[in-house]
Amino acid sequence: MSKPKSAYSIPGKKQKSDTHVIVVWVDNEAGVLARVVGLFSGRGYNIESLAVAEVDSKLNISRITIVTTGTPQVIEQIKLQLGKLVPVHKVADFMRGDKKIIFKEMALLKIVGNNIRRKKAIKFCKKFNPVVLDKTNKSVVIQITALRREIDTIMNDLKKTGLVSVSRTGAVAMTRGAEVFK
Amino acid sequence: MSKLYSGAEIVFKCLEDQDVEYIFGYPGGAVLPIYDELKNHESIKHILVRHEQGAGHAAEGYARSSGKPGVVLVTSGPGATNAVTALTDAYMDSIPLVCISGQVPTHLIGTDAFQECDTTGITRPCTKHNWLVKDVKDLSKIIYKAFEVATTGRPGPVLVDIPKDIQFQKTKYVSSIKRKKLNGKIHNKFNQSEIDQLVKLMVNSSRPILYTGGGVINSGPKASELLRELVSLTGFPITSTLQGLGSYPGDDNQFLGMLGMHGTYEANNAMHDCDLMINIGARFDDRITGKIDEFSPKSKKVHIDIDPSSINKNVKVDLPIVGDVSEVMLSVIKTLKKKNPNFASSNKEKTSKWWEKISEWRSVNSLNFINSDKTIKPQHAIQRLYELTKDKDTYITTEVGQHQMWAAQHYKFNKPNRWMTSGGLGTMGYGLPAAVGVQIAHPDKLVVDIAGEASVLMTIQEMSTAVQYNLPIKIFILNNEYMGMVRQWQELLHEKNYSESYTAALPDFVKLAEAYGCVGIRAKTPDELDEKIKEMINVNKPVIFDCLVDKEENCFPMIPSGKPHNQMLLGPNDQKENKITGKGKTLV
Repeated sequence: MSKPKSAYSIPGKKQKSDTHVIVVWVDNEAGVLARVVGLFSGRGYNIESLAVAEVDSKLNISRITIVTTGTPQVIEQIKLQLGKLVPVHKVADFMRGDKKIIFKEMALLKIVGNNIRRKKAIKFCKKFNPVVLDKTNKSVVIQITALRREIDTIMNDLKKTGLVSVSRTGAVAMTRGAEVFK
Repeated sequence: MSKLYSGAEIVFKCLEDQDVEYIFGYPGGAVLPIYDELKNHESIKHILVRHEQGAGHAAEGYARSSGKPGVVLVTSGPGATNAVTALTDAYMDSIPLVCISGQVPTHLIGTDAFQECDTTGITRPCTKHNWLVKDVKDLSKIIYKAFEVATTGRPGPVLVDIPKDIQFQKTKYVSSIKRKKLNGKIHNKFNQSEIDQLVKLMVNSSRPILYTGGGVINSGPKASELLRELVSLTGFPITSTLQGLGSYPGDDNQFLGMLGMHGTYEANNAMHDCDLMINIGARFDDRITGKIDEFSPKSKKVHIDIDPSSINKNVKVDLPIVGDVSEVMLSVIKTLKKKNPNFASSNKEKTSKWWEKISEWRSVNSLNFINSDKTIKPQHAIQRLYELTKDKDTYITTEVGQHQMWAAQHYKFNKPNRWMTSGGLGTMGYGLPAAVGVQIAHPDKLVVDIAGEASVLMTIQEMSTAVQYNLPIKIFILNNEYMGMVRQWQELLHEKNYSESYTAALPDFVKLAEAYGCVGIRAKTPDELDEKIKEMINVNKPVIFDCLVDKEENCFPMIPSGKPHNQMLLGPNDQKENKITGKGKTLV
């Protein structure tokens, strides 16, 4: 009988992890983001991406969208722990693969190169609603909206056309149809 | 125009509105305006501690023994950081505390000013909520909300950080008491169908067990009464966590003793073999469950808790009921009486085999120890202390370590709020200041801190507080010169390499007591123990009792780490047998 040399128990079986999008409505007050993020880091949950902004200036409500991975038990804990925070109004949670939900991320891509390269870059972005925000005779800044992995792919593609800088947002989410998050 | 009040005055007006009688605190530059205001409020007494951690633990002791929130007042910077341990302790054990801290003036925040620290940042993960007051107009609302958050739902600590300039600024005061109740995070959402399901499970169970925790204490004295009614109504066996002790009489036949790492053989085996586990206000802590994968494999599990995040956190349960345990138990009792009026008698037969099994486990007598007539065995000391104090309404606090577990095993509690120990955080140095707080709340009662010599030295300075306020607390030190629990783990897991667990230079506790202006008593042999304990009880002054005990004694029974409930180590006898067979094998 080998004795574990610890005052603590050994970890049990690990369940399968899934990626979830968690939407949190909070009072827009000082420190609220730190409370939410601190809960994640303090309890060992991870954050893949984060998007936050005020959505109701009258009621002073901000909407935080967090992409995270965890076992069903961990996701459940995240929701319940978030729900306990005093400035949190409601919490919604979706699997990333949920067909009823739209997810979008935005990215700004700066390409530096000759005309051919710049054109090529815009063409690569065609599927993702490219908007040219700025252009000079050496460079172009393109805005695209897409899914995370689509942006990953296009970044890879654009390397050869002179991609020099990328700025990305976290994912935001919304339900399809007339329904709203509860 | 209505009268204008300064921030400092508003603090006290709010405390008066909340019927606060005592504040535990320590002054400093950033709270001077509040301290200046103290003299104008006779109904509020300030207890001057010797270290802010002591203020926090004293407030915890006060809160746990009285059921009222404890109030702490500290200065900025080191005052606040010193209170962090106590806040975390209160957070882990769900104790309502309201900590008011001073902060440097608003215009200096962020400049690394003298005694500045990011108090709300530091205390964010160890409070239910905290506030930095930026406008004096918000002050009364915030303090009102602070008390509400601390005391409702699952109780816990909160902190209000008040910059010095806010304490001087003036504004109107609106009493918040009359205001409409703010929407707190209260969860009482259970419904009758859940109660019906529970009753159905209870009726069908032949091996049931009730597993109760600190939630029963936190729910108020009513909860303990309801628990007693539920237990007698069902005839079910009951076990309790460390924090739940006292909610059910410790000397009752249906009580199996404490469960968990140092729980009794019968309680742990019953948890392992039961077919229905009803968790009332406990949280499946790792000291309770042992190895999670093999935790009570054959049972349906019901979890009654006010905190929804406690459900399914460590152990997946079959029937969660979110609500105040008093209200849930009341519904269960009502439903049970209505649907199965003869439950107790019909159930007796059904559970008779189960009770037989429990008697078998009981006969192992797992709390037994080999007594000695030469040295005082620590378990014997606690048993004598219990026998000599049980007729008084005694309040017990503890530090953390072996003595704490022996106290939990051998001191039998009959009433709630009589047992104050740091369970979740396991804070050495908790017991002495907690005893100060308990004695403040109950000036005429006997308050004993069962201590270890290592723990008590962490907050020994609070003896000075006890002397200042004539608090006749008794510090009963089981002195084995070791950090006993550390030494025990080193013996079991690290081949007796007692790395740094021996204290080579201890103070003379009797002289130390005298230096503080209290009474010092020392007991060296079992013969003189009773006399000395009686002497301690009869002194109406703070006492440090230096009880010299066996240095090598280990705390048994014990579930070794990574083992399930049914693989307990029973004690020296059990080990000896194992050792002999081990040696025997190598010889062959």
